[in-house]
Amino acid sequence: MSSYALKERVFHHLTKFFAFLVLFFLVAIFVVLLVKAYPAIEAFGFDFLTDEKWAPNLGIFGGFPAIYGSFISTLIAMLLAVPVAIGIAIFLSEVAPSRLKSPMGVSIELLAAIPSVVYGMWGLFYFAPLMRDLVGGNGLGLFTAGFILSLMILPFIAAITRDSLNTTPQILKESAYALGATKWDVIKDVMIPYAKAGIIGSVILALGRAFGETMAVTFVMGNVHNVPDSIFQAATSIPATLANEFNEADTELYYSSLFFLALILFIISFAIISLAKFHFLKRRKKVSDRKHKWHKLVKQWRRK
Amino acid sequence: MEKEIIDLEVKDFSFRYAGASADSLKKINLPIIKNKVTALIGPSGCGKTTLLRSLNRIHDLYPGNEYRGEVNFEGRNILSADEDLIHLRTRIGMIFQKPTAFPMSIYENIAYGLKLQGIKDKTVLSGRIEKALKGGALWGEVKERLNDEADALSGGQQQRLCISRAIAVEPEIILFDEPTSALDPISTEAIEKLIMELKDEVTIVIVTHNMQQAQRISDYTAFMYLGDLIEYGETDKIFNNPDEELTKQYISGQFG
Ligand SMILES: Nc1ncnc2c1ncn2[C@@H]1O[C@H](COP(=O)(O)OP(=O)(O)OP(=O)(O)O)[C@@H](O)[C@H]1O
Ligand SMILES: [Mg+2]
Repeated sequence: MSSYALKERVFHHLTKFFAFLVLFFLVAIFVVLLVKAYPAIEAFGFDFLTDEKWAPNLGIFGGFPAIYGSFISTLIAMLLAVPVAIGIAIFLSEVAPSRLKSPMGVSIELLAAIPSVVYGMWGLFYFAPLMRDLVGGNGLGLFTAGFILSLMILPFIAAITRDSLNTTPQILKESAYALGATKWDVIKDVMIPYAKAGIIGSVILALGRAFGETMAVTFVMGNVHNVPDSIFQAATSIPATLANEFNEADTELYYSSLFFLALILFIISFAIISLAKFHFLKRRKKVSDRKHKWHKLVKQWRRK
Repeated sequence: MEKEIIDLEVKDFSFRYAGASADSLKKINLPIIKNKVTALIGPSGCGKTTLLRSLNRIHDLYPGNEYRGEVNFEGRNILSADEDLIHLRTRIGMIFQKPTAFPMSIYENIAYGLKLQGIKDKTVLSGRIEKALKGGALWGEVKERLNDEADALSGGQQQRLCISRAIAVEPEIILFDEPTSALDPISTEAIEKLIMELKDEVTIVIVTHNMQQAQRISDYTAFMYLGDLIEYGETDKIFNNPDEELTKQYISGQFG
């Protein structure tokens, strides 16, 4: 074998090895979670998902408050962040004067780079006291966490949405203007439909990030296993529970219940990312369908 | 010969791009005759596109460009600062070098300009869409599949879709910037035939690099060079017996 062919083969196997390594880790993590969670799965089964009581001293563990807290705080974050982020992206891509576009765009990207623990600290020391003065209580809870999460994902959605909007071909926009469209018509009828895949993708990825976020939420959630009556009361989330309670997990069932929660988080996050992937795949397939159609037309035409 | 009506009149018109140090168009004087085809020819970079894009003020989408002189249309100077550009662009349509179907159905593409004008009535829309597609010589090919995505059409069909879309709003003038440069010969022929039919209804200005095309379809030709309008006249005269030496050299292919 020539040395070139040998190199080629070594390279081939090496890259293949690394690719499989990633797959291996994924499966390994899943298996570890499953094994460690097994005692809790055996003890509580699917009731774990709906049981509200979390009483370590009594050996009772229900995952519902943490799961509920994760979903509601994420929902609040999305409701607050998505419209604002898309508004910012539209402003940056088509409305803002060009001398503002670049400095504001860079600021958004910098905001996206702030570590989440900083958002959490800011939330605890500035936003939570504000909430306390406004609505009472201790200022911690689902809404506070949702708000901090929304600040965290907003720049991410805004930056990707702006980039997607900017991929709209100039000539397509000009065609709409040339028919008498206003700026708003062009944004709504040409740019947003054109950028739709990118926008939805960024929203789903942000959803995944918000759902799994640990630090920012742990600071401001209040961390009590409670399904509150109002979004302004303290609660907890899956990641916050995991970050807080491993130190205290003194029984096997406690320890295992935390792993059960981690397994649930893993599965939900995996599902969210798969949704994003599926969304992009579907989109790509549609495009290739169109190409297919076009080829058919060419063939028909040739036959004539 | 029938009486010629000047539909649009370019008078001492100069244009400078934002940040440029020289004018890209220098004191252009050009009449655009109603219901005729006027071709703009000249070597690359002479300002044909720049002139065309001034006539519907699409340049205004980018800040800092400078117009001087007059472009008179329907009794007013459309270069004035208070010109209603939205209205102007419904009166003067534009077709681009590449087909620019919107990412929507064939029907929606044609309906778009009409909806912008507030036409919502389904039967009115359908009637206008059929008329426009017939006018754009596309009706026969698409009438069975108006709800298909427009980008499933061939390039030539898409360009005729764009023409249909432009005529749907019943403009006075349509500006074409090298509309066939991205198309095969058969599609090109279809578009040329279409342009000659359209001039009964609209006034046409077309930029082209193709001398034969200019001769085949235009009634008047303007030859431009380095931002100047060198010569304007009836197409036959420009191509057979031009006054200017520069024009003669260009049409005989000595430069460009
Ligand atoms: N956006 C712009 N900013 C600055 N200068 C420009 C811009 N667009 C064109 N120009 C300049 O203006 C002049 C005329 O360009 P224009 O595009 O009108 O030429 P054209 O005759 O259409 O050429 P072609 O046949 O290659 O399309 C050229 O010198 C070009 O470099
Ligand atoms: Mg040009």
